[in-house]
Amino acid sequence: MSKKKERKIRVVIAKPGLDSHDRGAKVVARALRDAGMEVIYTGLRQTPEQIVETALQEDVDVIGLSILSGAHTTLFPRIVELLKKKGLNDVLVFAGGIIPQEDIPALKKIGIKEVFGPGTTTSTLVKFVTKNAPKRK
Amino acid sequence: MQSLTNVQQLVKGVQKGDKLSIARTISIIENNRPEAQKIISLLYPKTGKAHILGVTGPPGAGKSTLIEKLVKELRNRGKTVGVVAVDPTSPFSGGAFLGDRVRMQDLSLDPGVYIRSMATRNHPGGLARATKDAARILDASGKDVVVVETVGAGQSEVDVVKVAHTILVVLAPGLGDDIQAIKAGQMEIGDIFVVNKADRENANKAMSDIEAMLEMATEKKDWRPLVVKTSALTGEGIAELLERIEEHRKYLKTGMTDERKKEHIENELVEALTQKIMESVMNELRQKKEWSKLTQKILSREIDPYSAADKVIAKQLKTAKKH
Repeated sequence: MSKKKERKIRVVIAKPGLDSHDRGAKVVARALRDAGMEVIYTGLRQTPEQIVETALQEDVDVIGLSILSGAHTTLFPRIVELLKKKGLNDVLVFAGGIIPQEDIPALKKIGIKEVFGPGTTTSTLVKFVTKNAPKRK
Repeated sequence: MQSLTNVQQLVKGVQKGDKLSIARTISIIENNRPEAQKIISLLYPKTGKAHILGVTGPPGAGKSTLIEKLVKELRNRGKTVGVVAVDPTSPFSGGAFLGDRVRMQDLSLDPGVYIRSMATRNHPGGLARATKDAARILDASGKDVVVVETVGAGQSEVDVVKVAHTILVVLAPGLGDDIQAIKAGQMEIGDIFVVNKADRENANKAMSDIEAMLEMATEKKDWRPLVVKTSALTGEGIAELLERIEEHRKYLKTGMTDERKKEHIENELVEALTQKIMESVMNELRQKKEWSKLTQKILSREIDPYSAADKVIAKQLKTAKKH
């Protein structure tokens, strides 16, 4: 008989800004899918507004941002700000892509929980998300 | 568990069309939280106004892209729209990749549109267990039209008939010949057949295969399904498709609508009863450890599964009478 299932972790994987390489985003989405999560992919070239609106309508627990363009210092603060404005305070935000080491402390300070660079294994990611996703009911 | 005031706040928020309330409410239903039933019972009287459009068809036929174009056209005509887009859950990992939004990016910031992706969570039939109630929540939120997109469906995933008022079966050229068109299942549920990707070769052949199949119908029905050619890529046929949908909606209003709605409700009542009876019987069995006793007896060939079920039900009815 069907057992009471645990609540699924819902994740949106988003591509903010103008770069059009989403292989990395898709690998992450696939890995989280295989770890039993429900992953919503936004597609390319999303504005912060679109990403936050998607997170809201989809009622996600986690947002993963993939960026290679170098615009993270502009786009990420805007995303975090909009999340707060919409009342999505407990959503876990992490990022990946090409982000210089020296930019990471500032991003963490505004609420990006972790920044992953090239060479990160998918199992590291899965562990991170499983551990840090908000424990909602 | 959320408190009752919280439930009432959510219900109020839904009725005002507040997107966060809608989002949280759908999650509660989807996760089958204890307060789910209360929420539905509060919202149910506010439903029944939206036109529910079911969109089904094989994977890659262009359902999501077509929906984006349809919704844009509906918005041009001043209608508000909700979309529930279902994609499959992995039977292996339990996870899902929900990619329908990728085709609907232009809609994400429109305040008159709400889109929700939903995984089947291994529910069969092409929809999730919670899809119907999610459509209901969007109906209660005041959306004029609610679009329900099924998973990329095979021939027998036809549960959308239990949810939608008007059903579009979306096909593309080159997927099959006139033999495929006569097969049972999917090809029987369309109120409107859409041959999408009309910009490709063989669209007319696909049209005529479907038309020919419809001509063969021996059973006289009041509504003869229509066939429309569209290209979600170029926008060709989208306005016409909307006219046909409107035609079907008007047709439903002239009497037949009650038949379909009655069928929906009867189906739903049977499902609700089945679920509730199952739950109560199973709870009882598990509590009294009878479950393992029974399975043991079946395993040792002392009794067969059907007679065991009879026994359980007879006992249940006895206890029910005592109460």
